[in-house]
Amino acid sequence: MSYSEKLIEHYENPRNVGALDKSDTSVGTGLVGAPACGDVMKLQIKVGADGRIEDAKFKTFGCGSAIASSSLATEWVKGKTLDEAEQIKNTMIAQHLSLPPVKIHCSVLAEDAIKAAIRDYREKHGEKPAEQAAE
Amino acid sequence: MSSLQDMKIATEGQNRPKTPIYLDYQATTPTDPRVVEAMLPYFTTYFGNPHSRNHAYGWDAEKAVEKARAQVASIIGADEKEIIFTSGATESNNLALKGVAHFHKGKKNHVITVVTEHKCVLDSCRHLELEGFEVTYLPVQKNGLIDLEQLKATIRPDTCIVSVMAVNNEIGVIQPLAEIGKICRAAKVYFHTDAAQAVGKIPLNVEEMNIDLMSISGHKIYGPKGLGALYVRRKPRVRLEALIHGGGQERGMRSGTLPTPLCVGLGEACAIAQREMGAEAERLKTLRDRMYNKIREQLPEVYLNGDLDSRIPGNLNLSFAYVEGEGLMMGVKDIAVSSGSACTSASLEPSYVLRALGVEEELAHTSLRIGLGRFTSEQDVDYAVEHIVQAVQRLRSMSPLWEMAQEGIDIKSIQWAEH
Repeated sequence: MSYSEKLIEHYENPRNVGALDKSDTSVGTGLVGAPACGDVMKLQIKVGADGRIEDAKFKTFGCGSAIASSSLATEWVKGKTLDEAEQIKNTMIAQHLSLPPVKIHCSVLAEDAIKAAIRDYREKHGEKPAEQAAE
Repeated sequence: MSSLQDMKIATEGQNRPKTPIYLDYQATTPTDPRVVEAMLPYFTTYFGNPHSRNHAYGWDAEKAVEKARAQVASIIGADEKEIIFTSGATESNNLALKGVAHFHKGKKNHVITVVTEHKCVLDSCRHLELEGFEVTYLPVQKNGLIDLEQLKATIRPDTCIVSVMAVNNEIGVIQPLAEIGKICRAAKVYFHTDAAQAVGKIPLNVEEMNIDLMSISGHKIYGPKGLGALYVRRKPRVRLEALIHGGGQERGMRSGTLPTPLCVGLGEACAIAQREMGAEAERLKTLRDRMYNKIREQLPEVYLNGDLDSRIPGNLNLSFAYVEGEGLMMGVKDIAVSSGSACTSASLEPSYVLRALGVEEELAHTSLRIGLGRFTSEQDVDYAVEHIVQAVQRLRSMSPLWEMAQEGIDIKSIQWAEH
């Protein structure tokens, strides 16, 4: 597979690898994919008092594109409000990393991971808007 | 970096090999320089058509081709008249299966093969099914070997041919050829074996093993690409219908002018392999064991796919749990290996060979095939081990599955959304 330089750079120096405390109420966790399909992404966000995502972490089981897509996703969500982060589309990730056509599903998974993390956070806060929910 | 040439330029002067270390000997092998040397005069000086009967150019070429034929025959204990040159093992497998089936069509319409065969055998069988033949695909056991009792029970009065590969290209396991040959001979059914991965690596004898047809590849045994051979038994005679028609060369079974330099190359490759096989197998087994042991000492949860004992010395197929194969290959780009991961195949399906062994899909995705060969050194092995271990450790540290496993969470207990 021939990959773009940006993708290889993210694979070799992934941003924000790690884990946040799942039980922390300011943390939302998204786990998407399936081991049998060859890719699983776990993406976590930590929302600050101002309603903006102050930290994000990921761990990914998958190919180079999956790792790079999730690395990029954590980089992009930081500093955004939940509504803004929800606007990140897989096509933006695919375009930024110049994903080969057979790897587009990796960017779809990254978008799903962001949405799942946001959903988890909102559920923890009884579906209330992020700004009011933050304590 | 897209090509070897780019890689050479990009890494020049850095403290790493100029080209990746080649550990993919089941994919192909470099042509041995001794083979190339033997071939060269037949491109220029002795360029004649080996089928020209009326001048010295033809005679010289014919002599060379016949010497090569005898060299190929010798390594499998056959008679030189029983060797048909083809374009490679794919053509040999097509000719063996379709050729024999077509000749016996009407009287015998049943073919037996195995689910872990090479695609060219499976696809030839699919084609025969479209033509109205019935094909039984035998399963394999967990170790990759077929169950002989099951084979016996599958043979019917209308079974024409049994095709079982000698050595599997992904997991390197050796099927019990002599036992299969005995069963087939007793049942009066032809026994074909795809020996592309076996010739020159393990001793083969068509008489002792009761093999009726055998496919041979040039480029898997340090010979040239573009040439192979099919052994076709003469006593008792195997009848088959040609696929390629023309001037009636190769006893009418495969028309077309023989490529003299390539034939010479295959012959020389067989001669070298026959001379060196014993010592080389010992050397490779030592290297293979060194690699396997070193990896296992440093990494937990590494699983060998396929039988360890009934296996060619130059193959390791390992699953590194919780690390996806393509991602791993990217992490060891100084080493040229291949993976059974879906991400490396066009179909996005993990290896059908590993699935056939009952390897779970999540483990099939984590496999690497490592092939050692004639030009692999102990240094290469140590370098590869170091890089593989580092890459696996790094990728496990960022794998959510590894994290769950460490926390004692059973991955199977989670409701995954398959996509």
